[in-house]
Amino acid sequence: MTLDIFVSFLSQLTQTLLVVLIAPLMLGWVAQCRAWMQNRSGPGILQPYRVLFKLLEKDAVLAHNASPLFRSAPYIQFGCMVLAASVVPIIETNLLFAPAADVIALVGVFALARVFSALAAMDVGTSFGTLGARREMLVASLSEPALLMVFFTPLLIVQSSSLNTIVDTLAHREFALYPSLAFAAVAFVMVLLAENARIPVDNPATHLELTMIHEALILEYSGRHLALIEWANAIKFTTYCAIGIALFVPWGIAQAGGWQVLPGAILALFVKLGVAGAGLALLETISAKMRIFRAPEFLSMAFMLAALGMLTLLLLGA
Amino acid sequence: MSAQLINLMASLMLLIAFAMLAQRRILSLVYLFAWQGAVLAVNSLIVGWYTGHHELYLSAFFTVLLKVIALPMVLHYLIRRLGIQWDVETLINIPATMLAGIALVVFAFNLALPISQLAETITRGTLGIAIAVVLLAFLMMITRRKAVPQVIGFLAMENGLFFAATSATYGMPMVVELGILLDVIVGVLILGIFFFQVREAFDSLDLKHMEKLKESES
Repeated sequence: MTLDIFVSFLSQLTQTLLVVLIAPLMLGWVAQCRAWMQNRSGPGILQPYRVLFKLLEKDAVLAHNASPLFRSAPYIQFGCMVLAASVVPIIETNLLFAPAADVIALVGVFALARVFSALAAMDVGTSFGTLGARREMLVASLSEPALLMVFFTPLLIVQSSSLNTIVDTLAHREFALYPSLAFAAVAFVMVLLAENARIPVDNPATHLELTMIHEALILEYSGRHLALIEWANAIKFTTYCAIGIALFVPWGIAQAGGWQVLPGAILALFVKLGVAGAGLALLETISAKMRIFRAPEFLSMAFMLAALGMLTLLLLGA
Repeated sequence: MSAQLINLMASLMLLIAFAMLAQRRILSLVYLFAWQGAVLAVNSLIVGWYTGHHELYLSAFFTVLLKVIALPMVLHYLIRRLGIQWDVETLINIPATMLAGIALVVFAFNLALPISQLAETITRGTLGIAIAVVLLAFLMMITRRKAVPQVIGFLAMENGLFFAATSATYGMPMVVELGILLDVIVGVLILGIFFFQVREAFDSLDLKHMEKLKESES
C-alpha cells in the first residue's frame, strides 16, 4: 500500500518537473519555428532559458508604493500554473493530484492566476498597468466562457468532468469521426491563442503601448519576479497545449502505474508538442495581429464554434 | 462509416453557413458559397452510393457544374464589373448575429427532432442541420444591407433546401430538381442585370434607397 503511494508520488513528481522544465523549451521551439518560417535564423530554442537565468541573476526593483500583493503575485501565478501542470494527465492518467481539480476547476485555477496578475498590475498605480489589466480582463471575460463551452463537448461524450476519465475513454474507444470534437478543437485553438497572448489577439514581442496587453501587465516587474512570471506563462502555454492533446489526440498517454510505458509516453508527448508548436508558429506567421476591438469578435467566434460542437453532438450523437 | 461521413458533411454545411454569416468580405462570401456547393455535392454522392439511388450522382454532377463553377464565376464577374470588392456592412454587429444564429440552430434542431425520431433513413439526423442552414441563410439575407450578399444568401438558402431534400427523402424527383436549378440560374442572371439598373438609378447597391417610393422625397 505504501509502495503504491510512493510510486504514484514519484510519477506525479516526474510529470510536474518535466512540464516545468520543458516549458521554456516549448516557447523557444515556437519562436524558432516562427523565425524559420520568416526566413530569419532565430535565437535558438534555448533562448528562453538564457533569459530566465539572466533575470534570476538580476536584482528585483520594486516601486516605493508597491504593496505585499505586488510582491506575492508572481509566486501565486507560478504556483497556480504548477498546480495546473500537475493535474492535467500529460504523460500518465490517474495521477496523485488528479482528483484535486476537474476541467471546470482547472479553468478556475487559470482565472485565479489571472486575477492576481491584473490586481498586481493595478497595484503600483501606473497608467500602463491599469490599461493592461483592463484589456486582459476584457479578453479573459470572453475567452473563459468559450473555454468552458469547449470542455462541455468531450464532457458530454464521456459523461464525466474528470480529465482522467475523458482521456481514458477517448484514447481507448473505437475510431469514429466526431464532427463535434473537430468544432471544439478549432475553438480550443482560438482560445489558446487568446489566453496565451499569441498573435491574432496580442503580440508578445511588442512594447508598443497601443497594442500590448500582456506586456503592459508585467511592465513594472523586474529580476526574479519577472523571471517567475515569464516561467509561469511558459508553463501555462505548455499546459494549454497538453490539455488540447489530452482532449483531442489522447493516444499515447500512459495508463496509471506502468513504468515500462512511461518512456513511450514521454516520447509521444515530445512529438505531439513539437507538432503543436510548429502548427501554432505557422498560424501565427500567416495571421496578422487584430485590432483590439476585433478580439471580442474573434472570441465570440470561438464561443460559437464550441456551442455548435455541443449542439451537433446533441443532434447527431457524434 | 457512411453515416459518420454524412454527419461530417452536415456539420461542414453548418460550419460554412456560420462562416458566411460572419464574413465581411464579399469575395470570400462567393468562395464560401462555392465550398458549400462542393460539400453538398459530396454529400449527395455519399448518400447516393450508400442507398443505391443513382440519380443522386446526376444531382451531384449538376450541383458541381452550377453551384461550384458557374454561379461563383457569374458572381465574381458581377463583383468585378460593379467594383464592389470591399467590406460588407451589416445591420447588426457580427457577435450579435452569431448569437441569433445559435438561437436559430437550437430552434431548428428542436423542430427536426420529432421528425427525425419517426424517420428510418440513414440521413435522419441531418434534417435539423438542413433546416438550420436554410434559416441561417435567411438571417444573412436579413442582416445584410447590400444587394450582392443578399443574393448569395438566397443561393445559400437554396443549397440548404437541396440538403433538406437529400436528408429527408434522398433527393427530389429529377424533374423538380432540374426545374429549381434552372430557376436559380435564370434568377441570378436577371438579378445580375438588375444590379446594374439599381446602380444606374441610385449610384449605390444599398437597398435602403429602394425603400423610398418617390424620388422627390430625397
